[in-house]
Amino acid sequence: MTEELTTKRTSQWKDVWLQFKTHRGAVIGMIVFSIICFLVAFGPWFWTLDPNYIDIRAKNQGPSFLHPMGTDQLGRDTFSNLLAGGRVSLLVGVTAMALSVLFGTLIGVISGFFKRLDGPLMRLTDLFLALPLLPLLLVMIMLFRDTLRGLFGPETGIFILIVSAIGLTSWMPIARIVRGDVLAVKEREFVLAARSLGTHNTQMITRHILPNVMSPIMVSATLSVAAAIITESALSFLGLGFPSDFPTWGRLLYDSTNFMKLSPERVIYPGLAISLTVLSVNYIGDGLRDALDPRIRGR
Amino acid sequence: MLKYTIRRLIFTVPVLLFISLVIFLLLDLAPSDPTGNLPMTVPPEVREQIRLALGLGEPMYWRYLMWCNQFFIIEPLNIIEQAWGFCWGDCENRTRVMSWATRSPVVDLIIERTPQTLWVVGMSYVVGIIIAIPIGVISAYRQYSWFDQTGTFIAMVGFSVPTFFTGVLLIVIFSTLIPTDSIFWLPSIYDTTHKVTDWDSFIFQIRQILMPVFVLALYNAAQISRFMRASMLDNLSLDYVRTARAKGMKERVVLLVHVLRNSLIPVVTVLALNIPHVFGGAIITEQVFKVNGLGALLILGIEGADIPLVQTLTFIFAILIVLFNLIADVLYGILDPRIRYD
Repeated sequence: MTEELTTKRTSQWKDVWLQFKTHRGAVIGMIVFSIICFLVAFGPWFWTLDPNYIDIRAKNQGPSFLHPMGTDQLGRDTFSNLLAGGRVSLLVGVTAMALSVLFGTLIGVISGFFKRLDGPLMRLTDLFLALPLLPLLLVMIMLFRDTLRGLFGPETGIFILIVSAIGLTSWMPIARIVRGDVLAVKEREFVLAARSLGTHNTQMITRHILPNVMSPIMVSATLSVAAAIITESALSFLGLGFPSDFPTWGRLLYDSTNFMKLSPERVIYPGLAISLTVLSVNYIGDGLRDALDPRIRGR
Repeated sequence: MLKYTIRRLIFTVPVLLFISLVIFLLLDLAPSDPTGNLPMTVPPEVREQIRLALGLGEPMYWRYLMWCNQFFIIEPLNIIEQAWGFCWGDCENRTRVMSWATRSPVVDLIIERTPQTLWVVGMSYVVGIIIAIPIGVISAYRQYSWFDQTGTFIAMVGFSVPTFFTGVLLIVIFSTLIPTDSIFWLPSIYDTTHKVTDWDSFIFQIRQILMPVFVLALYNAAQISRFMRASMLDNLSLDYVRTARAKGMKERVVLLVHVLRNSLIPVVTVLALNIPHVFGGAIITEQVFKVNGLGALLILGIEGADIPLVQTLTFIFAILIVLFNLIADVLYGILDPRIRYD
């Protein structure tokens, strides 16, 4: 009798996975995203051509055995550039996501949990939502580019700048969602029970509130990776991202638009890489949203 | 309703002040020197004089007040006087915000660039709405059909693929791969000096606006059709729909008169809310198709470190957001009596 019960019990995460598997787009997205991550992470070990190696005699070549995606106007290998660019783009996406989720969760939990801070923090969120984000991002990069370059070197400086600028301008939706959920969870009986046992505020938040608002945070985190990748490529595309010898997908796209007549396929590769990544991440987020919603999961 | 509108209107004042303060402080506290772009041969004393002439010697709060005064009172006065051609007070010597790079008044630059942006953005928004609403209605009515599945996929693609890639892709296909003499060839550069005088120039205008409009319209339609579908689905399961059907209404009337009208309420507010973001997104599309509109002006200002221009443009984008937030709230109150607070 007891054995039967224990074999039937499935963990929550197994349920989530079972529901996730039924979402076809999410599974395909997961596979595509894993392939992209794998290629980007381990590709440079197998494809050892240096992305910055200039071979001017082999410039503007079409696809060949030596260069499967051809070469650019300075004879650099497009494929290895794409792999190296993917590392930066994905790293920017994940780091900016971490930053905005951190801000968003912090502000959301504080304003949902402490009634006194709710008003001011939500007004602050409203004000941030009223800012014109893309123009402000551009302005921030214009203003702080040289200083940060001087402080941390050209690549790390721009990386820090772009990641923190994206993080600072994308936490608001997460904060709103988290606040709403915290407000709902706070009224539940188990919180009252924990409170009457004498649980301290910090423990209350970390042990009881946070685990129960994890699912919207996870969904927003996934979707904000996609948004951050798009923002970074847009900045690079406008010429305000990383320096041009430091490839990212947006930068590669921007550089190859000047050679559209000569080698149109060079535009396609980085654009396709960005689009596939963002599409698969968005699908994963979609599937995750369904899988983490217990109302849908039962069906 | 009036009381609600007025209360909402009053709340925009602190919002605008906050945003102006953020933009002012961001540009003011940033470690960039307006004289940094001058040649190295300019001696430090002259540099200091230039800084003083730009008004940078005053305390910060005073500069902020002066900027607000200039932006909220003097420049609007200038515009009104120019538009109606009268002179009120000392209109000859009134100061204007000057662009550092072009040495002309910023407001004139902006007025010059606005029509192009409005054409492209406005057209794309209208086209996007025209595409999106029928798709949303049919997707919701035939939920999980092949039409709905395809629509969902296309919306996901339109949402995920950035406009700078769709734009470039279209240019590759229609401007470089298709030969120039073919009727399917489209110009990749938007020529803003082009004037419509006869039928041929009208056709050319259509051809050159086709690609930028399509790129932005696809992106907008992807979002709007999702909202439309969700809103239709919410309404289709409500009791009044069953009542209408039970009364013997034709399905077409139920769908297009009863359900569509009610589902449009949240969509209309989303449409109003999205307009400023479309302007923001147009920055990228303008760059792709070389439209010399407001976005291109902003990029130009940023590349030339033209602080007054950038400050003014960013603030105008902010005003657009606040304004359309207000419009959305008021519209929601007018359209849906349940929302009114009074």
